[in-house]
Amino acid sequence: MDKKHGSKLRKIVQICWGVLTNAYLKGFTAGGSTIYTGPLKHFCVPGMNCYSCPGALGACPIGALQAVLNSRHRKFPFYVLGFLMTIGLFLGRFVCGWLCLFGLIQELLYMIPTPKLKMPERLDKVLRYLKYVMLIVMVVGLPLLYRNDYGSSKPFFCEFVCPVGTLEGGIPLVLMNDQLRPALGGLFIFKMSVLAVCILASIFIYRPFCKYLCPLGAFYALFQKVSLVKLDVDKSACVSCGACARKCAMNVDPSKTPNSTECIRCGECIKSCPKNALRFTCAGKKVGTT
Amino acid sequence: MKQNNVSIVLWTAALVIALGMAVFGYISGEAQTVFTKAVKICMECIGLG
Repeated sequence: MDKKHGSKLRKIVQICWGVLTNAYLKGFTAGGSTIYTGPLKHFCVPGMNCYSCPGALGACPIGALQAVLNSRHRKFPFYVLGFLMTIGLFLGRFVCGWLCLFGLIQELLYMIPTPKLKMPERLDKVLRYLKYVMLIVMVVGLPLLYRNDYGSSKPFFCEFVCPVGTLEGGIPLVLMNDQLRPALGGLFIFKMSVLAVCILASIFIYRPFCKYLCPLGAFYALFQKVSLVKLDVDKSACVSCGACARKCAMNVDPSKTPNSTECIRCGECIKSCPKNALRFTCAGKKVGTT
Repeated sequence: MKQNNVSIVLWTAALVIALGMAVFGYISGEAQTVFTKAVKICMECIGLG
């Protein structure tokens, strides 16, 4: 990848992907009374993208996973897990850095010029495990344990945590559709509070939702060391100057752990390296020019 | 070199399993479950319960 234009390219890809996967314009013009109901909704998008967003053309993988787990028939989610594993095996957390609209929104918020907060290392380390708790407890565990009288369950993560659904689905639909407004209550206020905390935190901390809460990032992190897209360090060129670690907003030291579970493959470290010792690889082959 | 070949075999096996799971799930009607959920406004997702 071209060092100089890497960040710009990533922003363009993020924006284009966000627009492309939310291109159902009728959802925005029909007064919030309809969302896309075409055949593409059989398929998941790789990143977090609420399927109730008026423009969404695909299904959210975390929502889809819960929908299958919550069904009365207690199916094993072969389809969604198979899809997520395939994406993980090819891209790992590259999805987080390049193909997630909510990630882009957090990055844009972080660009607001304010003093930035550096989390104490120990607290940061502990909080990073929260996203695995979200995946195991809220996405998989509770839907499996809880059953109502009809034998189905609730999408616990979507209902009680996910700020993506509130931002991309809840706010536009409630603003556009009068009929939904009488249903607003405590849950909406709670979810709005979660969203407000995420938005505020994003101004001061780089991608807090991705670092601490995102169950999808946690899932892709499991594939980080085996995915086709990787970060590689040329040990003979690296002078251990620490420039890459200082640049990394996800608090990774790419020269030591280039395939850390926290790396979102943004490529900022590649740009910062004075010795061109870092590069993206795909199936072991160097990608682009540095 | 040998370790590299083992990694390639394991990665390919994992991909075959993943794709197999996705295809099996699709055929067995899971995609329809996803579709049914995704085409309706999800009240839980948007915070309306």
